[in-house]
Amino acid sequence: MLAPAHVMLFSLALFAIGVLGVLTRRNAIVILMSLEIVFNAANLNFIAFAWALPDVAGQVLALFVICVAAAEAAIGLAILITVYRNRSHINVDEIDLMKW
Amino acid sequence: MSAPLWIFLLLAASGVFSAAMVVTRRNPVHCLLYLLVTFFSVAAVYVLLHAEFVAAVQVLVYAGGIMVLFLFVILLVDVGRVDALRRVAKGHVVLSVLLTALVVVPVGVHVLGGAPAAAPSTLALAEGGGNLETVSLSLFRNYLLPFEAISILLLVALVGAVVLARARY
Repeated sequence: MLAPAHVMLFSLALFAIGVLGVLTRRNAIVILMSLEIVFNAANLNFIAFAWALPDVAGQVLALFVICVAAAEAAIGLAILITVYRNRSHINVDEIDLMKW
Repeated sequence: MSAPLWIFLLLAASGVFSAAMVVTRRNPVHCLLYLLVTFFSVAAVYVLLHAEFVAAVQVLVYAGGIMVLFLFVILLVDVGRVDALRRVAKGHVVLSVLLTALVVVPVGVHVLGGAPAAAPSTLALAEGGGNLETVSLSLFRNYLLPFEAISILLLVALVGAVVLARARY
């Protein structure tokens, strides 16, 4: 039988991979993609507990998380475009000035 | 083992594999396509857990909207020049793995030790008109204020993205 622990371990693995991506990659676009993986890991836990309890509130909260992730992606990518326009690269190791 | 567990293990394997490919591939477009596989695997797990509406939203918003957004930015930004700069020091990778393990291992031990069991009947999620009706009733009865707040957040994000990405004259 499928148990909540299975889904939580899957979510934990996704979270670990996402955090590793954020920490090790230098391309800011790929860092944002890794962040989306972390959001998905959080959502998986919401859905797992909504299924296990069972309480539909977890699914509603997962919808809110998806909305916040969409807003984050839009703003993050807009910032990346602005940085690229000014610096001609998006290597996070070299983006160290707020104004230039 | 029952069928859902097998299906779940397959989906989890494909999700973890493609997520690992996202953080290891060099070409951002390849990363993006693997990310798409991850999103679809997670959406299929949602269906398995009686969250059909969230699965549909996941496919529409992530695999539809956010994917295209990422693709446009990858095409706008000079990928070749960005990739040439990518050389990560070995020590940095080791430190990152250690930091991640520091967070993940205690949580994993906790999950294995004391995860709650599923309720005997999980059919309540699908009762009374199906998953969409259940979710929307909860959304508009109990979570109306957060729902409206989210709409303001999305409006602010929309205006902010336009202002940030607009060409300066």
